[in-house]
Amino acid sequence: MGRLKAIGRRSFLIGSAGVLGGVAFGTFMAVRPHDNPLTADLAEGEVVFNAFVKLTADGITLIVPHADIGQGVQSAQAALIAEEFDIEVDQATLSFGDPDPAYYNTAFADEGVPFMSFDESTVAETMRGVAGGVIKMIGLQGTGGSTSMSDQYEKLRLAGAVARETIKAAASLRTGVPVADLRTANASVILPNGETIAYVDLAAESSQISPATDIALRDPSEWRHIGKPMMRTDTVAKATGTQTFGIDLDLDGMVYASVRTNPRKGGAMISFDTKNAENMRGVQAIVPVTNGIAAIADNTWRAIQAVNEVVCEWGPAPYPAETAAHWDEVAASFVDDRLDQEWRVDGDVDAALAGENKITIENRAPYVAHQPLEPLNAIVRISDGLVEVWTGHQLPRFLQQQVAAVVGVDADSVQFYNQFSGGSFGHRLEFEYIKQATQIAMAMPGTPVKMTYSREEDFLQDYPRQLAMSRAQGIVENGQVTALSLDIAAPSVLASGGQRAGIVTPGPDAQIVAGAWNMPYDIPSLRVRGYRVPELAPISSWRSVGASHAGFLAENTLDELIRAAGADPMEERLRLVNHPVHRTVLETLAEMSNWGGDLGPNRGRGLALVESFGVPTAEVIEISMTDYGIKLDKVYVVADVGQVIDPVNFENQVQGGVVWGLGHAINSEITYSDGVAEQTNYHAAEGMRIFQTPEIVVRGLENATKIRGIGEPPVPPAAPALASAIFDLTGERPREMPFFKSFDFV
Amino acid sequence: MQLLVNGEERTVDVEDDMPLLWVLRDELGLKGTKYGCGIAQCGACTVHMDGVAVRSCQVAAATADGAEVVTIEGLGSPDALHAVQDAWIAHQVAQCGYCQSGQIMQAASLLETNPEPTDDDIDIVMGGNLCRCGTYPRIRAAVKTAAAKLQEA
Repeated sequence: MGRLKAIGRRSFLIGSAGVLGGVAFGTFMAVRPHDNPLTADLAEGEVVFNAFVKLTADGITLIVPHADIGQGVQSAQAALIAEEFDIEVDQATLSFGDPDPAYYNTAFADEGVPFMSFDESTVAETMRGVAGGVIKMIGLQGTGGSTSMSDQYEKLRLAGAVARETIKAAASLRTGVPVADLRTANASVILPNGETIAYVDLAAESSQISPATDIALRDPSEWRHIGKPMMRTDTVAKATGTQTFGIDLDLDGMVYASVRTNPRKGGAMISFDTKNAENMRGVQAIVPVTNGIAAIADNTWRAIQAVNEVVCEWGPAPYPAETAAHWDEVAASFVDDRLDQEWRVDGDVDAALAGENKITIENRAPYVAHQPLEPLNAIVRISDGLVEVWTGHQLPRFLQQQVAAVVGVDADSVQFYNQFSGGSFGHRLEFEYIKQATQIAMAMPGTPVKMTYSREEDFLQDYPRQLAMSRAQGIVENGQVTALSLDIAAPSVLASGGQRAGIVTPGPDAQIVAGAWNMPYDIPSLRVRGYRVPELAPISSWRSVGASHAGFLAENTLDELIRAAGADPMEERLRLVNHPVHRTVLETLAEMSNWGGDLGPNRGRGLALVESFGVPTAEVIEISMTDYGIKLDKVYVVADVGQVIDPVNFENQVQGGVVWGLGHAINSEITYSDGVAEQTNYHAAEGMRIFQTPEIVVRGLENATKIRGIGEPPVPPAAPALASAIFDLTGERPREMPFFKSFDFV
Repeated sequence: MQLLVNGEERTVDVEDDMPLLWVLRDELGLKGTKYGCGIAQCGACTVHMDGVAVRSCQVAAATADGAEVVTIEGLGSPDALHAVQDAWIAHQVAQCGYCQSGQIMQAASLLETNPEPTDDDIDIVMGGNLCRCGTYPRIRAAVKTAAAKLQEA
C-alpha cells in the first residue's frame, strides 16, 4: 500500500531503450530482466528507482556493485550516478549491495568474442550482443577484466537520471509547478522562485508514482564530475588508518583461525599430529579442512603460531614437482593436437617463410604470484541455517554458490557482505580460502570465525599467473618486417579458474594469445596461433591476465625483428599500425617522449604497444647503465580509453600498472621444487620498490568510440618496453622474465 | 606488560614473544596498523616506538614493555590531520591503501629526523615500505609536500 511494487529493471530498460535508440540496452530487450533486489525490504515511504538508487526520508543510498580492490571503483561508480542525479557523492551512503543477478556485467562479453576491439561490424556487435545476453540472463555479477566503467558508464548515469526525473515529477505533483520548470542540484529540487525541496523530503511522494521513463542523458558539456579531477571517497580513510578492510573486522564473540594446506597445491593431507599445538596458549581447537589443518585461537598470532606447530605429512603434488618439467611440457606443446586456435592469418605466411633468411625467436614468461598486501582472510558465521560471509571478493554470486556447496544449503542462505580489499590483482577471484573459513566455521556453529592466512601460506597457496612460451619465425627485408609467424603455448587460465568456479569453458581460450593475436599491425604475412598446454599447477587470472604473458611475447618478438631489420622501433610500428586510434596513441607517445632525441651516453630507450581489454596502451622507457646495474629513469605512457572518468585516479592506476608490470618483469617468479613454491615471502618475489621506480608521465586519450577501463591495460607493455630498452642499451635481448636472471638492476 | 599507546596507558597480558603488531591489532583493537609479511619485508606494520619508526612485527611484546608507542591513529585523525596525512590526501596517494598506514608512519619519522629530504633520502628511507599497487610516484610527491608544509609551520 503506497509502496512501489517491483519496478525498476523492466520499466527502466524500456525507458532507456527509447532514449538510446535500441543501442546497448535495447539489444537485450527480449531477455527477461531480473527483479530489483532493493524492493524486497522497502518500508512505507521509501522508494527505489532502480537497482542502484534508494531514497528514504533519512537519506540517499547508492548501490555500487563492482568490488573495490584498490582501483577506486566505488568512487567512480558513485560519480556516474551523481552526475545525473545531481547530488554530490558525499551526500549519499555507498553500499556494495547484496549479490544479485540484477548486477550482471555485460562488458565481460567483449573479451569472450573473437573480434578486434575496434571491429564494430554487424557480425561483431551481434556476437557481443548474444554473449551479453547470456551474461545478463544468468546474472553474471563480477568485477574484473577492467570492465567496471564499460559496464556501468551508461547504466549508472541512467539510474541517476531516472531517479532525478522521478523526484522532479513528485515535486511537480506537490507544488503544481510543471516538471519542465524544475531544476535539480545538490540533492534538492529547485523551484522557479528559488525555493528548494530536499530529495529526502520527497521520498514518500516519489514512492507513489511510477519511475520516469522518458529520459535523456546529458551532453558531456554539462558534466560536473566525469572527466574532472575527483577526490576518491576512500582517500581520507586510507590516509588515517580508518579504512576498514576485511581483515580489520571484529564481530562479537569472534574467534581467530589460521590454516596450513598441503603446499603441493591440491595434494592430500596424509596425516597430522596436533600434540605440539593443542596446549599452546589461547588455542581452542585444531580442525582438519580439505587437504589441510586449521588452528582456532583467541587471536590471529596465536592461531598462526599453533597451526605452524601441527606436524603434517603431505601427499604428492598433482602436477610435476620441478619447474623444469613444467617448461618441458610447455615446450612439447607446439604440436598439432595441442593447437587451441589459429587466431589470425594475414597473407600467405607459409610462402613468406619459405625463404632462407628466417629469424627464429623464443621467449618465455614464468609463473608469477599475485600477493596483494592484505593476506587472504574471511569471516564466516553459521547459525540456524543462515551462513554469513565477510570478505572482499570479485565474484559475489559464485562465492555464495561455493560456500553453499560446502555447507550443504541453498545459495540463497548465504549472506555475503563485500569488503574493501587491500589489493587483489586477481587473487580475490579465488574461493579456496573462503571454503576453508566455511569449514572451520562449521566446526564452531554460531561463532563467527575470522580465518587469516600467514604471508607464507598466502604465497604457498597462490595460484600464479600462467607460464608461457612463444616460438616465432620472421622475415625482414629492406628495413621492414614483412612476415611473422607467432606461436604461443600456455596452459588455459580460463579452464583452470573456471574449473574451480564450477564453470565449463568450452572452446579455445583467447587468453593464451590475448594482446598478441589482436596486435594492431598490418604485417603482410602474419599468423598467430595458440597452443594449449595441459593443466600443470593451478593458475589464475593475474592483473591483465593473458596479455601479461602474450603481450610480452608478441612485442618482444616484434621488437627483435624490427631491430634486426635495422628499423627504428617507433617508425616501424607507425608504418605497420592499422587503426587510427592506435596510430594516434603512438604519435602522441613519440612526441611526448621526444622519441629519437639524443639520450646521452650509457642510456637506452625502448618501446612497446599492446592492446588489452580494448585499450591501446603504448609505453616508452628510458634507462641508464650505472655502476650498480641498470637504472630505470623515466616512463612515458599513452592510453586511449574513450573517456577518462577521473584524471587523478586514471594517472594513479596507470602509474601503478607500470610499476606492477616492470617490478615483476625484473625480479618475480614462482618456481616449484618438490611440488612446493620456492618463494614464500616478499624477499623472494619482491616486485618494485620506491628506489627502483622511474618517473612515470601519463596521458589519457579519448579517441576510441567505446569507453574502457584502465586497471589492467598499462601492465602488458611495461615488460616488453623494458626489454626493448635493455637491448638498446646493451645490445643483448632479454628473452625470459624475470630479467634479473640475466641483467643487474639498481 | 604496560604500554603508552597514543598517549594512553594500556595493560595487556600476553606472551613475551608476541609481536607488538598483534598486541596492537588483536589485543588493543587498533586496526590501522597492518599485517603484511611478518618478517620486516613490507613495512605495513610500521609504528613509532619511543620516537623511532619500527616494524612492529619484529618488536616482541617484552621489548615494548614500558615503551611509548604511536600508531597511525595517534599520528592524526580525519578531523585533526598530521601534515603527512594531509599531503597524502592532497596527492590522493592511496589505491588499495593497505600499505599506507606504514608508509605514512615511515614518512613522518623521516621528516622528524630530516626535514628537507632529497629524492635519494626519500628513496632510501622509504625503500623498506612495499606498495603492491605502485603508488610510489605519489608517495615521493606527498613526502615533499609534507616537508614543505612542515617547514612553513
